[in-house]
Amino acid sequence: MLSAPSLSYMLLSPMLIIFGAAVLGVLIEAFLGKTHRAAVQLTISIGALLLALLQLWQIKDMTSTTAAVNSVTIDRAGIFFQFIIVALALVAILLIADQDNFVAQASAVPGSTEEKIATQQRVQQTEIFPLVLFAVGGMMLFTVASDLITLFVALEVFSLPLYLLAGLSRRRRLLSQEAALKYFLLGAYASAFFLFGSAFIYGYAGTVSISAISAAAGSANDIFLFIGIIFMLVGLLFKVSAVPFHSWTPDVYQGAPTPITGFMAACTKVAAFGAILRIFYVGFADAQSLWQPIISVIAIITMIFGSVVAIAQRDVKRMLAYSSIAHAGFLLLGVISLSKEGLAASLFYLFSYGFTTIAAFGIISLVRDSTGEVSDLNRWVGLGKKSPLVAAVFSFLLLGFAGIPLTSGFIGKFAIFSAAYQSANISLVVVGVLASAIAAFFYIRVIIMMFFTDPVNDSVSVIIPSIRSRIAIICATLISLLLGVFPSLLLNASNSFANLIK
Amino acid sequence: MSLLTAIGLLPLISAGMIALIPTRNNELIKRATLVATTIIAISSIFLAVSFDKNSDQLQFVQKNSWISAFNINFSLGIDGISLVLILLSTILVPIVILATWNESENGRWSSKVFYVLLLTLESLMIGVFAANDLFLFYVFFEAMLIPVYFLIGGYGTGNKSAAAIKFLLYSLFGGLLMLASIIGVYIISSNQIGATFDITQLATLEIDNQTENFLFLGFFIAFAIKAPLWPFHTWLPDAAKAATPGTSVLLLGVLDKVGTYGMIRFCIQLFPDASKTFTPLIITLAVISIIYGAFMAIGQRDIKGLIAFTSISHFGFITMGIFAMTTQGMSGANLYMINHGFSTAALFLIAGWMISRRGSSTISDFGGLQRVTPVMAWSFFIAGMSSLALPGLSSFISEFLVLVGTYTRYPVAAIIGTLGIVLAALYILIPVQKALHGPIVSGNENLKDLNFREKIAIAPVILVIVFMGFYPKPVLDLINPTSEKVVVNAGFSDPIAKVGK
Repeated sequence: MLSAPSLSYMLLSPMLIIFGAAVLGVLIEAFLGKTHRAAVQLTISIGALLLALLQLWQIKDMTSTTAAVNSVTIDRAGIFFQFIIVALALVAILLIADQDNFVAQASAVPGSTEEKIATQQRVQQTEIFPLVLFAVGGMMLFTVASDLITLFVALEVFSLPLYLLAGLSRRRRLLSQEAALKYFLLGAYASAFFLFGSAFIYGYAGTVSISAISAAAGSANDIFLFIGIIFMLVGLLFKVSAVPFHSWTPDVYQGAPTPITGFMAACTKVAAFGAILRIFYVGFADAQSLWQPIISVIAIITMIFGSVVAIAQRDVKRMLAYSSIAHAGFLLLGVISLSKEGLAASLFYLFSYGFTTIAAFGIISLVRDSTGEVSDLNRWVGLGKKSPLVAAVFSFLLLGFAGIPLTSGFIGKFAIFSAAYQSANISLVVVGVLASAIAAFFYIRVIIMMFFTDPVNDSVSVIIPSIRSRIAIICATLISLLLGVFPSLLLNASNSFANLIK
Repeated sequence: MSLLTAIGLLPLISAGMIALIPTRNNELIKRATLVATTIIAISSIFLAVSFDKNSDQLQFVQKNSWISAFNINFSLGIDGISLVLILLSTILVPIVILATWNESENGRWSSKVFYVLLLTLESLMIGVFAANDLFLFYVFFEAMLIPVYFLIGGYGTGNKSAAAIKFLLYSLFGGLLMLASIIGVYIISSNQIGATFDITQLATLEIDNQTENFLFLGFFIAFAIKAPLWPFHTWLPDAAKAATPGTSVLLLGVLDKVGTYGMIRFCIQLFPDASKTFTPLIITLAVISIIYGAFMAIGQRDIKGLIAFTSISHFGFITMGIFAMTTQGMSGANLYMINHGFSTAALFLIAGWMISRRGSSTISDFGGLQRVTPVMAWSFFIAGMSSLALPGLSSFISEFLVLVGTYTRYPVAAIIGTLGIVLAALYILIPVQKALHGPIVSGNENLKDLNFREKIAIAPVILVIVFMGFYPKPVLDLINPTSEKVVVNAGFSDPIAKVGK
């Protein structure tokens, strides 16, 4: 006798809304005429994201381990992760809505007459919107999935649209497609590793449920648990771009359309760290002696490598890619802490880092010359003279990345370092502050280029942003500023939401 | 809101108002800034008058919760040491503005930006000396770097952007080491007495020796970079040469004092045992600074470089006085901070005028200024004499106190330090002779003497230098109770009986 599984629709509603809107978006692509598609798609996306935020607010005090049979655990931390993802996506979608970053017709061969015609006819690739929504839905599911199979499915659901989106850049299409292919191939490997690790864990615990895995600790030969953790880690660390699984990051960040880079950099980190925190805090907490040393070493290498290699970058997107690698290292300190403080600090860090990142990539997409966006730092010289406001905002965001006091980045770093110190990982804190000192150098160098160097002839100019980009950049910047000066608002929230249930 | 908070906020509010004035109204912006900073200086004198100098407790206390999740408070309050340093800052700012009236016009940006940065800096300077919350102190300490960075990089001369970034990176590096220590202290407090950043409470922590040593080093290196102490000093000459004279005055006169202030307030008060452990090392570094700074100063051809290296020598004296751990040494060091602030201000401002008139900063390009520009030459002479601690001028008393205080505990260090005074005579008298006396070097014949504005600006500084040389009691009265408290709380008593004042 087959009985229908019980689903608590209320708790799943935020995800259902996003997935529903994504499916609706696909139907619109099929049935609606070209002229109105872009506007309708944008409206639906924004509407769905807002509705999802509203629903998240409604269910913020509820918890359940059986929201979708035993595969999804809705708890305070999960809701907070989902909230961050949706809020970031809402800002990012406004940037994405500026179609001139995307290729007119993805199927056209780069440089072909077909492509030229499509560009001249102002064809738009509106499939972007449902793709983004699928990615957002997958990310949301990734942070609340509580068994290994659901985790894997969620991983694929949010990864596949991102592989596609990365290849849709209008300019330098070959670079973009190369990046997409690289991302896809390496991502597929990483997923395979994750699946392989899951199989070992299943072999060890006889279950795929994360909470049951934690209950099974010590029941079998730990070597299988160890192998399983290692392989799962490879898959997860690939997504957060920790060294040595980072090699895709600079290429993809550089090749992808800038708004997509912003979206990916911010939201993927939240989703992946959401899953890592859940898996390790809930599933492997008792086996911490197995994985803590490994993650510690990876955190150290990641922090230092990201900061040092970023110095050598001459491209602003690649520089931010390495900076995001370094930030992944800082965030790993939150995982290692294995405490409520560590979780709360990670929540705060992800929120503030996400908004800073989206604002930064939003600004990068504004800096152009006649052929399009310019990310070569040597041509950014003197930007402060030409467009003082944009340069000042970008400098502020860079100072935020560097973690100078009165920016949100500083509070995030302080919180996460305190958590790590409290859990007796003092050496990691010392490496963290040293890496921050190294990292400060390349952030400040960009400020010098913009403000203290005179513009040269072929330097770039800033286009006047559309109202949508303007709203997105202003919102994200204001949030960074606000969180730097009055962090209490979010710190208290992240403290009260720092709760993962088994 | 206490008077202290109001004074701290005033520059920031003025900066906001000045930002609203249209950029082209240059004169209006300058006048408004001058008026605002003068009002702030006068109110801070009021603050000093209403300060109860017999008490060694914190006064004008203001405490509001800021980040409740970490129990961080916006907590301000001053004792004698903080008060005199705040006075130094607020009095120097209007003098700098008046003295360097046209300095802001040759920068990368408009004068408005210059004054907005300057006023922001003033607020942060007051904040850093008034903060009673370790976290708040750190925020001011680091935030202060940003306006200075733009002041050097945007308005300086020569290799300014390299100097600006060197300054910023050195300071940030030290600051981040300190951040690690701050987190350490915070976690220890949360394990012992409940998480807090309150400095008075943190001073009661029981920290095991090894941890205390590491935490101490985090703070000390940050402050030694700031002060700067040999071997952490290399950023200072570059920054001082590149910055405008006005910025240099604030940089060496006030900002660097945050380093020595931090040693007293944090290194010694929070980690008395570690301070004891490291004292021999620090005294050695201080003595090296004194001698090294003096020798380097003798070898300088650039007048700004000369002043920068004399400062390194003087900071050696201050640090030696602090870590001698005697009340005389401590009082002397505190007094030295003030005196050094004024004498360096005078030297830099006059040097700035000399350089802008002559179009060169090489000492040998000057010569015979005494005959061409007597007022400027005399002012430089007095400032120089104060810098070499001539009896009757301000620095003498402080240097004497430092040496006496050090001698009672570390006689060898004090004796070698005395050598610094001899060298000081060389590094001041040689340039004085080259620049002021002798035949008039060609190109100097038509230099103009100080105009009325410049005379008004330099007069109060010279006045303070002379007055403090004869009658330092008002300032010593403010400093002494706190100095004694610091030494006693750190568990020291004077090796010999206290001498009467």
